[in-house]
Amino acid sequence: MKHDRILLGHGGGGSLTRELIERLFAPAFGMKELEDSAVVEFTGQRLAFTTDSYVVKPYFFPGGDIGKLAVCGTVNDLAMQGAQPLYLSVGMILEEGLLFTDLEKIVASIKATAADVGVKIVTGDTKVVERGKCEGLYINTAGIGRVIADVSSRRVRPGDAVIVNGTLGEHGVAVLSRREGIAFQTSVISDCAPLWSLVQSALISGAEIHAMRDPTRGGLAATVCDIAAASGVGIRLLESALPVGAEVRGACDLLGLDPLTIANEGKVVMVCRGADAGRVLDAMRAHPLGRDARVIGEVMEKPKGMAMLRTAIGGERIIDAPTGEDLPRIC
Amino acid sequence: MNELIARIQAVAKRVERNVTFMEVCGTHTMAVSRSGLRQLLPANVKLISGPGCPVCVTDTNYIDAAIELARRPGVIVTTFGDLVRVPGSESSLERERAMGAAVRVVYSPSDALALARENPDKQVVFLGVGFETTAPTVAWTIKKAAQDGVMNFSALCAHKTMPFAMEALLKDQEVKIDGFICPGHVSVITGAQLYRFVPERYRIPCVVCGFEAADVLKCVAMLLAQIAEKRATVEIEYSRSVDETGNAAAQRLIGEIFEESDAGWRGIGVIPRSGLAIRKEFARWDAVKALGVKFGTAKPNPACQCGNILRGMITPPECKLFAKVCTPTNPLGPCMVSSEGACAAFYKYERKAA
Repeated sequence: MKHDRILLGHGGGGSLTRELIERLFAPAFGMKELEDSAVVEFTGQRLAFTTDSYVVKPYFFPGGDIGKLAVCGTVNDLAMQGAQPLYLSVGMILEEGLLFTDLEKIVASIKATAADVGVKIVTGDTKVVERGKCEGLYINTAGIGRVIADVSSRRVRPGDAVIVNGTLGEHGVAVLSRREGIAFQTSVISDCAPLWSLVQSALISGAEIHAMRDPTRGGLAATVCDIAAASGVGIRLLESALPVGAEVRGACDLLGLDPLTIANEGKVVMVCRGADAGRVLDAMRAHPLGRDARVIGEVMEKPKGMAMLRTAIGGERIIDAPTGEDLPRIC
Repeated sequence: MNELIARIQAVAKRVERNVTFMEVCGTHTMAVSRSGLRQLLPANVKLISGPGCPVCVTDTNYIDAAIELARRPGVIVTTFGDLVRVPGSESSLERERAMGAAVRVVYSPSDALALARENPDKQVVFLGVGFETTAPTVAWTIKKAAQDGVMNFSALCAHKTMPFAMEALLKDQEVKIDGFICPGHVSVITGAQLYRFVPERYRIPCVVCGFEAADVLKCVAMLLAQIAEKRATVEIEYSRSVDETGNAAAQRLIGEIFEESDAGWRGIGVIPRSGLAIRKEFARWDAVKALGVKFGTAKPNPACQCGNILRGMITPPECKLFAKVCTPTNPLGPCMVSSEGACAAFYKYERKAA
């Protein structure tokens, strides 16, 4: 069935989203590189520029809130381009009737997270819509950063190592656990965190880092598929090496979800020269957000443009980007 | 794990012929594809998927009826998520939702009942599909609605039961099955006794299986052993959850609300006694009667081979549309759209690398 209308799935971060961007937005706007941030030259300086909108429901969730997420998401998109976050804009779309105390908490959270990263909020915008036209509030942030390293999803080569800084799926499961209709008891909290200082310590470790992506919507699966496609390489992950906590695994089993496709908000997938993996791991493990860092896979020549999983029982299967599942809004 | 694989290799050698085992449960389809265990099996052991994915066996006309309900003003259609994307003859619930129809994904029928209580001015319809596994919770919800007099709740039910479908496949001379990997979840409710007729009447071994890759491997080893030893009986691999007799309370509940009926299985046709219809006493909560639902006579796309796939006649890559015209983003048949469908699982995890 051809899509003649926008479906919820088009916002899921999977193949429907990719199709929408590649067929409509990118050609219309003449965008070639589809990375987490654009890198632009400005008076001899290389700057990274990005924007993201946040519509997470509920706007307070275990481990964070929409304000913290709006800062982390955007500074992480800059960090993934090897850029030190410098300036942010914050645009607010507020629903008539939103509690002031809720808004104050969210603003305090934005302030604290920005201070933590050392990024300045320099401009903003406010709109209010009628009750029922949005759920509480939506936030858009845009960010500018200074590029200090040359990384790109296209630079990955056979022989590279794939590294992640910790356990997977916590943000998605934490948000799901508070959604009406599926609320369940869990102590999982969102991993939502700004990644710049962790990324910086890996970048200055001397390791040759080729690509970085934060596995948000679509999870690790969408991320490795994107990298494999962009670089024209094969990526093989080892199921036995994937860090997934028992509670996240249990929740996924219960809800029929794959931890590989669940969103993270404080994780980075780093692809570096195979020989430099130890260096990256040392740098990451010395940082509070990288204590559980580990190598989860390797880059091969084939199958070109695809990601594979060596399963725990020794079989091999494809890792596919999710199409855009019927899941609640998680960011 | 390696021991288990070695054991399978050894028994498969003793069997000395090609054998085909069929699973009839979407969760098994997923477990097999996701673990890549097919590649670990000896060349003479083939695993195929039968009609075990509830969405896949649901008739096009049922989807059309659900869409027609969703379009009615004042009706909220509630459903498990996997039905939302299934194409009917000209639309899907997902598309109707984008055009303004009230379609809500719920995680349990009791959520649908709660929604009915919160919206007394709306008719809330729950789409009940699935096997013996989901039937008890739907039965409970209908019973509760009747007890509490919630008159704006109803269920559009197309529940199916496994044994007569398995028997239809066994009677079908075209399909060659040497053993059944029996569904663990269904058996928790029904007990393993449900399958006794298979070895008794058809001399075909059955093993009730759990859902980890290791369970499936163990089950394959048990089926092979039965064949090697020329036995045919029902064994339980999933003994941590399944016994002979099952969950009596759930079975009573099913019997209280539902009665046996003929049911149309997509790709297979009508199988006598293989469905569950809401009893007359509860007609007030049966959407078909309460809201006057009419079923059309649309036929699925003739090029789509889902029927042959559901009967185990062909594997997904043998369908000409597979991965070419029919993909998860643009599914033509239900086996590709349901996340537990044989085609979707094969596409997602096992299609040939480009």
